[in-house]
Amino acid sequence: MLAWTLYSAFLGVLVLMFVPVPGARWARGVALASSLTGLGIALLEAVKFKPAGELITIQKWAWIPSLGIDFHLAYDGISLTLVLLTGIASVAGILFSWNVEKRPREFFAFYLALIGGVHGVFLSFDLFQLFVFYEIAIIPKYFLIAIWGSTNREFGAMKLALYSFVGSALVLAVMVAAYVLSGSQTFSLPELAKVGFSADFQRWAFPVSFVGFAILAGLWPFHTWAPTGHVAAPTAASMLLAGVVMKLGAYGALRVSMALFPQGLKIWHESIGWLAVAGIVLGALVALAQSDFKFVIGYSSVSHMGFVLLGLASMNIAGLVGAVLQMFSHGILAGLLFGVVGRMVYDRAHTRNLDELKQLNLGRELPFAAATFVLAGCASMGLPGFSGFVAELQVLMGAWKRFPWMAIAAGLGIVVGAAYTLRAMQRAFFAADAGVLAPGTTESAAPHDPWEPISCAEKLGAVSLLAISIAIGLYPAWMMIWIQSAFDGAFFAGLRKVVGW
Amino acid sequence: MNTFGSLSALIFIPLVAGLVVAFLPARAAKAAKGLAFLAAGLCAGWVAWIGGRFDSAQAEMQFVEKWPWIPSIKVDYHLGLDGLGLVMIGLTALVVPFAMAVCRHETRRVPLMFALILWLEAGLFGAFTALDFFHWFLFWELSLVPAYFLIKFWGGEGRGPASFQFFVYAMAGSVSMLLAFLAVSVATGTFNFLEWAEKGRSGELASALSVRLAWFETFKTQEGLAQCVFWMALLGFAVKVPMFPFHSWLPSAYSEAPSGVTMILTGAMSKLGVYGLLRLILPVFPEQMREALDLLLWLAVATIVLSAFAALGQKDLKRTLAYSSVNHLGYCLLGVFAAMKVTETGGLWSAEKAAALNGVLLQMFNHGITASALFCFLGFLEQRSGGLRGLNEFGGLRAAAPVFCGLMGLSMFASLGLPGLNGFAGEFLIFKGAYALAWAPTAVATLGLLVTAIFLLGIMQKVFWGPLPERWTHWPDLTLGEKLLVTPATLLTLGLGVWPQAIVHWTHATVTQWVGWLRF
Amino acid sequence: MVNSAAYLDLAKACLPELALTATSLLVLFLDLVWARELEDTRRRRVLLAAFLSGGALALLTTFLWPFAGIAPGGMWSLGATGLVVKQGLIVMGLLSACLMAPGDWSEHAGEYFAVLALALVGMLCMASAEHLLMIFASVELASLSLYILTALNKGQRESTEAGLKYFLFGGVAAAFLLYGFSLLYGATGEMTLKALGAKLAAGSPDPLVWVAVAMVVAGFGFKVAVVPFHWWAPDVYQGAPAASAALIASGSKVASFWLMLKFMGSGLAGAAGDGSWGHFVSGWMPLLAGVAALSMVMGNIAALGQSSVRRLLAFSAVSHGGYLLLGILAQGEQGAASVVFYSLVYGFSSIGAFGVVSFVENAAGHDRFDAFTGLSKRSPVLAFSLMALLLSLAGVPPLAGFFGKFYLFAAVAAVKPLGWMWLVSIAIAMSCVSLYYYLLVLKQAYVAAPTREDMPPLEIPLCARLTVLFVVVVLFVLGFFPEFLLGRIHHALKLGVL
Repeated sequence: MLAWTLYSAFLGVLVLMFVPVPGARWARGVALASSLTGLGIALLEAVKFKPAGELITIQKWAWIPSLGIDFHLAYDGISLTLVLLTGIASVAGILFSWNVEKRPREFFAFYLALIGGVHGVFLSFDLFQLFVFYEIAIIPKYFLIAIWGSTNREFGAMKLALYSFVGSALVLAVMVAAYVLSGSQTFSLPELAKVGFSADFQRWAFPVSFVGFAILAGLWPFHTWAPTGHVAAPTAASMLLAGVVMKLGAYGALRVSMALFPQGLKIWHESIGWLAVAGIVLGALVALAQSDFKFVIGYSSVSHMGFVLLGLASMNIAGLVGAVLQMFSHGILAGLLFGVVGRMVYDRAHTRNLDELKQLNLGRELPFAAATFVLAGCASMGLPGFSGFVAELQVLMGAWKRFPWMAIAAGLGIVVGAAYTLRAMQRAFFAADAGVLAPGTTESAAPHDPWEPISCAEKLGAVSLLAISIAIGLYPAWMMIWIQSAFDGAFFAGLRKVVGW
Repeated sequence: MNTFGSLSALIFIPLVAGLVVAFLPARAAKAAKGLAFLAAGLCAGWVAWIGGRFDSAQAEMQFVEKWPWIPSIKVDYHLGLDGLGLVMIGLTALVVPFAMAVCRHETRRVPLMFALILWLEAGLFGAFTALDFFHWFLFWELSLVPAYFLIKFWGGEGRGPASFQFFVYAMAGSVSMLLAFLAVSVATGTFNFLEWAEKGRSGELASALSVRLAWFETFKTQEGLAQCVFWMALLGFAVKVPMFPFHSWLPSAYSEAPSGVTMILTGAMSKLGVYGLLRLILPVFPEQMREALDLLLWLAVATIVLSAFAALGQKDLKRTLAYSSVNHLGYCLLGVFAAMKVTETGGLWSAEKAAALNGVLLQMFNHGITASALFCFLGFLEQRSGGLRGLNEFGGLRAAAPVFCGLMGLSMFASLGLPGLNGFAGEFLIFKGAYALAWAPTAVATLGLLVTAIFLLGIMQKVFWGPLPERWTHWPDLTLGEKLLVTPATLLTLGLGVWPQAIVHWTHATVTQWVGWLRF
Repeated sequence: MVNSAAYLDLAKACLPELALTATSLLVLFLDLVWARELEDTRRRRVLLAAFLSGGALALLTTFLWPFAGIAPGGMWSLGATGLVVKQGLIVMGLLSACLMAPGDWSEHAGEYFAVLALALVGMLCMASAEHLLMIFASVELASLSLYILTALNKGQRESTEAGLKYFLFGGVAAAFLLYGFSLLYGATGEMTLKALGAKLAAGSPDPLVWVAVAMVVAGFGFKVAVVPFHWWAPDVYQGAPAASAALIASGSKVASFWLMLKFMGSGLAGAAGDGSWGHFVSGWMPLLAGVAALSMVMGNIAALGQSSVRRLLAFSAVSHGGYLLLGILAQGEQGAASVVFYSLVYGFSSIGAFGVVSFVENAAGHDRFDAFTGLSKRSPVLAFSLMALLLSLAGVPPLAGFFGKFYLFAAVAAVKPLGWMWLVSIAIAMSCVSLYYYLLVLKQAYVAAPTREDMPPLEIPLCARLTVLFVVVVLFVLGFFPEFLLGRIHHALKLGVL
């Protein structure tokens, strides 16, 4: 049943492509229907899910028997978490794109294609199939940014597409090699995970495939596509890119590189940990220096993804669970932050420059946006009560056990995170000279026509995302059980032996 | 054993009330204030009720509520109250309505302001009753956010940088503390304060840390590792108390915040730091504290003396009082550290230690009341003078407003430590115990007492006595409402001065238990 | 001595070729006698109909009376796989013919179809040739026909120039080929591939054999346009009329690669050598590996700088030649299957690509990037087809091109497990580069805003439009279910004789 998250997305694409009804309302409607279906099914399955550690197969049939490739859709706790995230993020993205008027059919068609590709990756348990969906997601990203984006969009789109493609090229090389070395029989991930490749092979296969996937996760120093791409992208695309697509990379690294080549992980984990920490700290420091609001959020995404990578590299179960939890948490929060910056602020003020926004007294004029950003900012800083804290807590515990200096550096990253979030919040919404004024006056230093009020769709999107973050922050136990059960399952047996939990 | 959720209710009343108030429209300012005040009053009543049912002879945690929250990392929803906790929630319950009343003239964005104050109160209640790190840290951090916004929106000229510095500084300390306590939780496998205390008491903590954490080799010795973790944990509280040299955020934050907010900051929030020392550092890291004791004692002394001298040099009354707060909290630090001194077991030393610790608790409560009152009066001063609060702006107000000067003078004398007023008992007990346990630092610390006296008297002289300038001839005295407002504080000042036993009665059992644990 | 019964068998063996020859004569006759009097469009339609029927007949014979085995005389052999290749070739020829759009050269419509049919005959013969002379004759038949097809647009200078260049290069290459063949005969005394291979494997190789191998590689290399024999490709791809270019890019490649596969595999089996990492042994394998690497690198890098889309397709063809050589290096069942699959897929994509490019060219007058601006607004279906075609060429799932490339890489990587990984790495890296220039074209079609808001949709004749759509559908179907074709190929390979 869960496969319908995937199918509904692609069905939506087909409907949008072939049914020639013009106009934005139709396009939005189809897109919303499709993604709501996906979300609904994900929620249903989530409620029914009993974490037992085994892979639950949805569909499996021989696709290309000549090569041993199956079409194998399945899920465990980790996949379900991320499918849920995708469902939520996709609906929120559509709500935040309710005002797209330019070429709406194509916009939503590309959007749904991206969603479908992402769902496909999370549900695939055949390596070839996973790779196919991974690559399917690249082209819609390019067009979403290049056509509907803003600052420097063509450059940003091309850079993102090429970096992604290079990353997947690295993965392709390792994939072919692994297939050949395992006897050219099968591409099934659970089977490949059992093979146990030689240590020499893993020594190069692991870093190449991990880096290949992690490029998409914003591994420093291959992260430069992320801020440019996210800033260039239209709001919904940024929400998806930072929220979900970056997680594709981390998921791939976990599901493929780490499960298949655990010895390689053991050899390389310290280096990866340092790169992750570099991403956390340097991403935060650069965010502190930005004058474009969206760039602040873009670099903060790199910083937060560093936590995911640190968790993955920490070689213990706390870090691993924390990494997956952070994937979910940051997915929600990135969506929220980009939604506020892109849709609520930029679409009205038409500027993202913090110095210009200072003049505009947004705190009074858009109180909903301000309040949302405050809460989202607190969550992003890692304040307890929000999902980010639980995730970072786990990652720090995991890192602490292994690399004390990295944990301390990550702590530094958190503090800088507070600094840049506050700085952006202050400048954008609560600039000191346009502080709290008597009710009734706007006294904005830059007068302008009245802005449209925050629409129902935006409010709905923002409130739902915030609610989810708070819900997970206050009661994360159920999601952690899912993730833990997945790690305890047969799929990760090889990783378990090496890491030991 | 789970009792009826009295403590949870205490946290949720202001939380929910805050939500309701926040959504009231700006026009309904009066309704907002009324509702907020009602909620705060309700909390005060609730605390009184809890106090009535509190068994002062029992040293164990009472009103315990414990539910599993995140089983996979052994986090529980765990609340409980002992003597220390009771005193703290009592203080909070008193200070918050007081502060709200002082803020009643505010006209800008009233619902939001009172909602933030209510949430701050909820955060304080939560932090003072939590017995599980996750839960405690939640409230500790979350109390920062309303405080930040209260300074940011309603503060003075320099509120932007002041609030920013306040938040980031506190965050840095919190992160350091978080990392340290994560190490402890990894080592002990739990987040429960009581279990940590047991581990710390039995001396197993250092070995547990070195076993469970993989980086033992960096430190060569178990003790080194434990020391490192201790300092990281201490940093968080050192920023909050504050302890020299991590106090530089305080003067700006206190002076830029509006008076009512400053009252809560100094009255209740600053106590979070000392509370943390008592609840978390003392039980968990006794050996590590002992090894660093000399340094700690002299840092406490530095806090006391240097802040007093700094207060002496200020021209802005609010900054003077801010530094004075630092000074008074330094006494708490002195008392706590002195009590850690290694002594042979024996009745005399136990008594000294008990004295010091009782003194600390007394000082926490009394300073809370006194400091709030002082800032309240300062608030009145500012209102009447149209925002001026320089030391040299005034003079001879005694002639124009005798009641005002009299009551403010009373609070100042209490702050000074005049016998017969509430400030004396606490300081006396601390010095008594500390002198016996660590005479050298204590001797130097008395300098702080002296300088405090000097600057407080100086203020009184410059503001109350001397010639009355032209512009203040029509200085209005306290109105009836204001008199009623300061009455509880004044009564407490006088009452507790004469009968400190009222507080010690509640804390005694807890302190005895602590001293018992500190026997080795 | 070959008797009449044997001739009958031989005739049965080459039914498709006979049918196509008959078609070519029929078309010429029809044109001379009747069609010449008709006005242009009708004439084209009539001749196209005749050609299509003849071709369909040829296709039918492959299904109804397939021949398997070696024909009498030993010059002609056909296996199940070869049959698949032939079927593919015929379909490609038919599709290329449908692309014929009105132009200056329509007055030679009859000649066009006739020569097209003959080119197909040559290619089909290439697919079954087993004897050195037969190989040379079929190669020449195909090539000469292609030269004519290239130069057919007498009104355009580029067409003539391209034809001449093709002819000159081709002549030199043919000379190389012939010389190489004679050296091989001289060294071994054999002319049929199997015997040749056996002789080379048995004895110790003569130094002359290496020279022969090099020459043969040069000759074939020219046919498939790999570095350093590719210099004719950009001009020819740019100058030839679209329908001819489509055939050159598709049919010629399929036939040549199939021939190379057989030649290197059975004919030169003994002289193979080894080029995998750390195991260098001289032979045609390291030579081809070097050529493949150079083609992939140079083809993609040169394509980056092009401003004409046709030239871009030409250089991309050079790089694709490199990829296909990987399959030849892989040998064995996997290697053969991957070469056949990908050359067929690539052929179809080329036909589609040339089709779209020619439509745009006709509308705009030139084929530089800005001719494509705003295509998604003017003709959304065409723009979508372009996207599918170019992404298939780039190797992006879920299109057939992705699976084809993947299979090539997997096949060659499996040899002496990971021995050829260095070459596969180059191939994957260069594939990334190719995405960039294909995206540039797509960017123009989808992203760039057109200068005028009201540009009308493109005018395209119906059968050309249908051809492109058919190709796109095939690419999607094979992309989702490659097993359709792959299964047939594997089944055919298992039946034995190539």
